[in-house]
Amino acid sequence: MLEAGFIEARRGGFTRRKFIQGVIAAGATVSASGYLFRSGGLLAGPAAQGTVERLVTLQVNGQARRVDVLKQETLAMTLRYKLGLTGTKLGCDRAECGACTVLLDGVAHYGCSILTHSVRGRAVTTVEGLEQDGRLHPVQQAVLDEGGFQCAFCAPGFAMSMVAMLGKNPNPSREEAAELLAGNLCRCGDYDKILNTAMRAAELSRTRA
Amino acid sequence: MAENLIGADIAPPDLHAKITGRARYAEDFRAEGMAFAKLLASPMPHARVRRVDVRAAEAMEGVLGILRASDLPGEAVPGQERALTDEPLYEGEPILAVAAVDETTAAAAVEAIKVELEPLPFVLDPLDSLRPDGPDARLDGNVRRGREVETLKWPEAVFQAAGPGKLPMGDPTSEWAVGDVEAGFAEADVIVEETVVHQSVTHHPMEPRSCMAYWQNGKLYLHGSTQSTERTRPSVARMLDMEAEDVVIVAEFCGGGFGSKISGAPIMAVPAALSRKIGRPVMLRITRYEENYIGRARAGLQGWARMGFRADGRMTALDLYLVQDSGPYGASDFLTAGMVATAAYQPETMRFRGVPVFTNTPPRSAQRAPGGAQIVAMLEPLVDKAARELDVDRLEIRKANAPGHDGWLGPNQTPFSSAYVREALDLGAELFGWSEKRQLSGRRRGAKVTGVGIGISPFTAGSTGRDGLLVVRPDGKLYVHQGIGNLGTHSIADTARAAAQVLDLAWDQVVVVWGDTSKHLPFSTVQAGSQTTHAHTRANHAAAHALADLLRELAATELGGAPGDYRVADGRVYRAGNPSAGMDFARAARRAIERGGKFSGEVLPPAASEDEDLHQVTKAAVAGLAGQGLVAAAKDTYPREGSTYSWVASFCEVELDVETGEVEIVDLASTADCGTVVHPRSLAAQTNGGVFQGIGMAKSQRWVFDPKWGIPFTKRFYTARPPGILDVPRSPRFAAVNLPDPQTPVGAKGIGEPPVGAGEAAYACAVADAMGGRCLCRTPLTSDMILAELEGRPRPYGVLDTHV
Repeated sequence: MLEAGFIEARRGGFTRRKFIQGVIAAGATVSASGYLFRSGGLLAGPAAQGTVERLVTLQVNGQARRVDVLKQETLAMTLRYKLGLTGTKLGCDRAECGACTVLLDGVAHYGCSILTHSVRGRAVTTVEGLEQDGRLHPVQQAVLDEGGFQCAFCAPGFAMSMVAMLGKNPNPSREEAAELLAGNLCRCGDYDKILNTAMRAAELSRTRA
Repeated sequence: MAENLIGADIAPPDLHAKITGRARYAEDFRAEGMAFAKLLASPMPHARVRRVDVRAAEAMEGVLGILRASDLPGEAVPGQERALTDEPLYEGEPILAVAAVDETTAAAAVEAIKVELEPLPFVLDPLDSLRPDGPDARLDGNVRRGREVETLKWPEAVFQAAGPGKLPMGDPTSEWAVGDVEAGFAEADVIVEETVVHQSVTHHPMEPRSCMAYWQNGKLYLHGSTQSTERTRPSVARMLDMEAEDVVIVAEFCGGGFGSKISGAPIMAVPAALSRKIGRPVMLRITRYEENYIGRARAGLQGWARMGFRADGRMTALDLYLVQDSGPYGASDFLTAGMVATAAYQPETMRFRGVPVFTNTPPRSAQRAPGGAQIVAMLEPLVDKAARELDVDRLEIRKANAPGHDGWLGPNQTPFSSAYVREALDLGAELFGWSEKRQLSGRRRGAKVTGVGIGISPFTAGSTGRDGLLVVRPDGKLYVHQGIGNLGTHSIADTARAAAQVLDLAWDQVVVVWGDTSKHLPFSTVQAGSQTTHAHTRANHAAAHALADLLRELAATELGGAPGDYRVADGRVYRAGNPSAGMDFARAARRAIERGGKFSGEVLPPAASEDEDLHQVTKAAVAGLAGQGLVAAAKDTYPREGSTYSWVASFCEVELDVETGEVEIVDLASTADCGTVVHPRSLAAQTNGGVFQGIGMAKSQRWVFDPKWGIPFTKRFYTARPPGILDVPRSPRFAAVNLPDPQTPVGAKGIGEPPVGAGEAAYACAVADAMGGRCLCRTPLTSDMILAELEGRPRPYGVLDTHV
């Protein structure tokens, strides 16, 4: 709805060069406030002591994306709040649940626990980048085939872990799949269907390849 | 003839959005000029706000507004929870909120606010509050009796008489009986008696209760996470002291609720009120840490049970006393627990006593099988104990006490609409291989001892009297408007099948409309207590019959003959015996629009009686849709006698490592009596998932508090770990009895609740079995407790200790 306008306005350089103030006023603020971020752009607050956004170029889902980031900004925050890629979910923001799992050069990482500036030059893949030419990725097709997930808040993270899994082991056993997906939590406990999906995804990948 | 939709595996229509990242949950929405809010939460378990100095915060650049409890609309009623408070009743209770241009500024402003708090007495353990000089969690008392809050203290002699290892049992607030329990014990050949403790547990859905709100032309638009869409509108309206018509709830997806988001959440009032105050959209992101506090929890129970059995295993008497940890605002789990015990065992005589005690711990709410899961997890190991003493097989003792169709519920001995419990137990025994597996009991391999257990778990599974609303549009498709929410159970699509089935319509001709109250949604059940499948297969079934009637009448008017001459199938209405004489749905919709009146929803046919009248919400939805197609709405008036219940039986095999106290689940099989199966794959998944949640409560999730300061230690996933993929068997098995409930047209009952208790009880029984029948009689059963018991060391915690 309004997100497109939000991003457009930013691209127009509306406030982009505005320096903004430091994210973290004190250690106490961090501990008391869970996840924090400085939104920049249209929403940018008053100027700034200390910390500065840097314009960096990221490779996200096969595209070069230029974005202002803070040095302490996590990849999950950049994806969700600056690049409009809200498929990456935040379930805990502390590497406990895996809902924010993304791929860096094909390897699964928690987006909440990696700093954006550190992924420059690496290929970032999010759930939005799995479709190729309008065709679902085998993992996504497998989810549809198996009717996977319940509330599905964990689904994008699991999907990314499954893609990484197939890169590592294209022919996993159910047990191996469980181990490769153990970094993701599903509170609905839909693990049986998730493993069915993983096995189906492996099968689809083999037949497509 | 379209395919049979009931019993088919059809992926829900929202799955594509969920797996491509297009599905928007509450925190995924943005609005122009959106500000961010942060909460200032109480650092004390009970305090009074004396003074708040917001000057420094207000002076900060970028701060847009501060919301205090006194700024909330409506009147504060003492003891009733609101989004913000000046008398916090638990650590983490929100006191105020700050909106700012970004979250960092809001957080910095929260830090700059000076709050002067007067500490007040607090209590964590209900029994402490019942002691003669014990503290009260609230200024108005410590227990609720009926609707009234009062102060209840038991004489010291009650505690003395009980000693350290047995539940003290003073004056209860609730009490009922079926028959004479003492006479029942006189009939018994074996009597077992235990004090049992069940912990409180946070829900922790994957999606925290984040929420975004804005106002346009006097209307509130709220993007939140809720289990029930349409029913969230009045609850939000109430919190903001406004009319429900002026609230629009957008909630297409809900990242899990489990009872914690039944009709939204109190915290939704914060972004809504802040947004009105500052004139900008406000996003309030709830962190996992905050979710631990405001995200609701299951009520803990400290209980005592005495059970009498005849030699054949039949339960002659059940005497139950439950002390409930109600949190600061109350819960009714203990009452439900007493009811569920009757549905599990049909005791020939029973006495129930209980008292709900307020504590200064986070608020409780329903959590999948509230009261039900706790009570079966508490009592099933005692049933096993009796079975051992009587030398009756543990499957047989459950069958001996399971209700049949002539079964009854609670003190009024309400009948059940159906009960295939023995069938579920037999099916489970076969699926699991009980007769072979029970031989494994006590087998030792290296350090590992095998145990097996069974858990039977009943819960309410259906309500009646909701509305269905259907539209056939000129595109020829059937639009099923669903006021229910999309909390992951797939009921949003599965209950729509009932309408398509009645109309004999292919599923690809059905469009489900949901998730946004501006889309004209009918009056619906709250999505709690496993009501939805039952309530809304009925409502959609009724609406489909109303639609078919309209189609036949329209066809007769257009094409001649009488309505009774026409049939509806495959997207057409046509003369019986002459399928070419008729019209398709697209034409019917166009003709309905042209004719108007009752065909297009412009006029609602008068209800035959008040009982059959549509809810106001549905009438408004019909008015909103009028003229857009052939519109039909109906209320579910199908008869039902008594109470609708579902049952799940779980069978569990564990290996207990006697050197480490670790327990591994080797095998799990579950079966359900939930009537006719609508969606087999989804049913199996929901049952298995519920079983895992129960096991998490029994095994790994903990609710630990610092008794000195009254603050929780287990605030996140890693300290209160729900089961991960490696913690459960790779291939849990499931089967359904799949016999229809005769008192509902589709035959389907709900399934959300009962698996949780079944899994928890089966696990607890299996662990006790591995320990040679010794029941530790508490959850969670952690490895340190197990080891201490195995090694004959003193227990690390007192029998009655909570929050450890």
